[in-house]
Amino acid sequence: MLLVENLQKSFDGFVAVSNARLEVEKGEVVAVIGPNGAGKTTLFNLITGQLRADSGRILFKGGNISGMSPYEICRKGISRSFQVVNIFSRLTVFENVRVSVISHNKRTFNLFSRAESIAVSETKEILKSLGFTEKAHRISGSLSHGDQKVLEMAIALGNRPELLILDEPTAGMSPEETRDTLELMKLLSRERGITILFCEHDMELVFSISNRIMVMQHGRTIIQGEPDVVRNDTHVQEAYLGGGG
Amino acid sequence: MPERSAWKVLVPWLAVFVLLLFAPRFLPRFQVYLTGLILTTGLLAVSLNLVLGLGGMYQFHHAVFYGIGAYTVALVITKTAFSPWIGFLLAPVVSALFSLVIGLICVRLSKLYFGMLQISLGSLVWAVVFRWYSFTGGDDGIHGIPVPDIISSTDGAYHFSLILTAICLIVMQRIVNSPFGRSFQAVRDNPVRSEAVGINVKRVQLTGMVISGAFAGIAGSMFVVIEGSVFPELMFWTLSLEIIIMCLLGGWFTFLGPMLGAAIIVLLRTVVGIYTEYWTLVLGFVLMLLILFLPQGVLGYFLEKFKRGGMKAV
Repeated sequence: MLLVENLQKSFDGFVAVSNARLEVEKGEVVAVIGPNGAGKTTLFNLITGQLRADSGRILFKGGNISGMSPYEICRKGISRSFQVVNIFSRLTVFENVRVSVISHNKRTFNLFSRAESIAVSETKEILKSLGFTEKAHRISGSLSHGDQKVLEMAIALGNRPELLILDEPTAGMSPEETRDTLELMKLLSRERGITILFCEHDMELVFSISNRIMVMQHGRTIIQGEPDVVRNDTHVQEAYLGGGG
Repeated sequence: MPERSAWKVLVPWLAVFVLLLFAPRFLPRFQVYLTGLILTTGLLAVSLNLVLGLGGMYQFHHAVFYGIGAYTVALVITKTAFSPWIGFLLAPVVSALFSLVIGLICVRLSKLYFGMLQISLGSLVWAVVFRWYSFTGGDDGIHGIPVPDIISSTDGAYHFSLILTAICLIVMQRIVNSPFGRSFQAVRDNPVRSEAVGINVKRVQLTGMVISGAFAGIAGSMFVVIEGSVFPELMFWTLSLEIIIMCLLGGWFTFLGPMLGAAIIVLLRTVVGIYTEYWTLVLGFVLMLLILFLPQGVLGYFLEKFKRGGMKAV
């Protein structure tokens, strides 16, 4: 479904991603792990168009998406959450999700119908599935950090993605919130058939949910394989234990 | 929305409209003229606020689109054999076209750079109008424009501007509360996230500019009816600054705040202007007070205060 080949990106001479390779099959849950500064977020930003690659290819469902704008990539069926909370903090939880549903339903340029009566049921459904019904009318900026991270996912779901990219979905969450998020990811994968690509520092979570894991270090892909293979790989052990950050 | 509360919002506004409709019966002529001018300027300010408040774009030279609307009417009436009404129909269209062109150039820049480039492009338009004596009348402008009889009297002009303002406000309110309005707001609050949920940010901003420009053009056409003349000051950058002040003064996060701001400034200019030509000194003082004590603007302040008072429609 997603194929990343030889991706390169540098900032003012600093090579953030070099020779990154990644493959995600439909229906899979794939994790990207690696020490801080390994280039995971940069890789995600390249895939979803926030950054433009210097070279390399990104194929989604067979079509080249590298160089496209974020909104075009989103419309192809890739939706994402951000590592640092990135929501519409002055709008309510409900409006946050509705904006992406409106966009998905191609109603963004609809000038004369009432927004209040549009996309209500889809938005409600998403909020319900994330247990957000009671907080729907809170101003999103006033939510706890953990809730804002979940809202990140809710916004991404508004686009009904085929591929959902989550950048450290549990960063800064309490253990309970982390557990809930894990359950949620399992649910999305199993019941909705959404393909998930995520990066995460919580190894327990990574190994408990992923079908395959890709390991990055210094912007390179060291290995991509099944959890057991990755766990026993000597390079990976070096990267983590040998202080490759 | 339940029907009863819809009526609760609608009835007071209908009352205001009817009251304004009959204002010429009990107001002296000058005050009728002044009210018309306030409505015109207010409509202009509300139209700016579509991009400034709702869209968060630094539209620093909005007066250009106002001036273009006014000149379109003036030129159609004085230079062509078409019916004057064609001029009124063309005003928003021509203003929207200029918005589109200026927008296409500016929208790729963000925030302050957007504003700066817009000032330069707008000033270019102003300079052409200011110098092109054979066509626009240059710095003299065009005076004594013969508008159709039905709207040429003080009362006629007033009613024309009142009805047009009411229609425009209803349409703009509709747009603010449409899916587009919501998306525009989302773009203002977080363009990066908006783009990530599939919104073409630049296109939304450009659409916002074109809509706002069209309404400014309508306001410009109202000015011609009220004053019977046009002059390059209508699109000079100082007027643009004044409209921005109207938005801030009235409350740029409210729909009708700019209308209130326009009323305050027009009244201030008229009343204080009787005593001194340095009325802007008073304006400066008012602005200082505003920034220190009412950063939300006058209407913003009162809305905050009476949040439960059913003033949601404002």
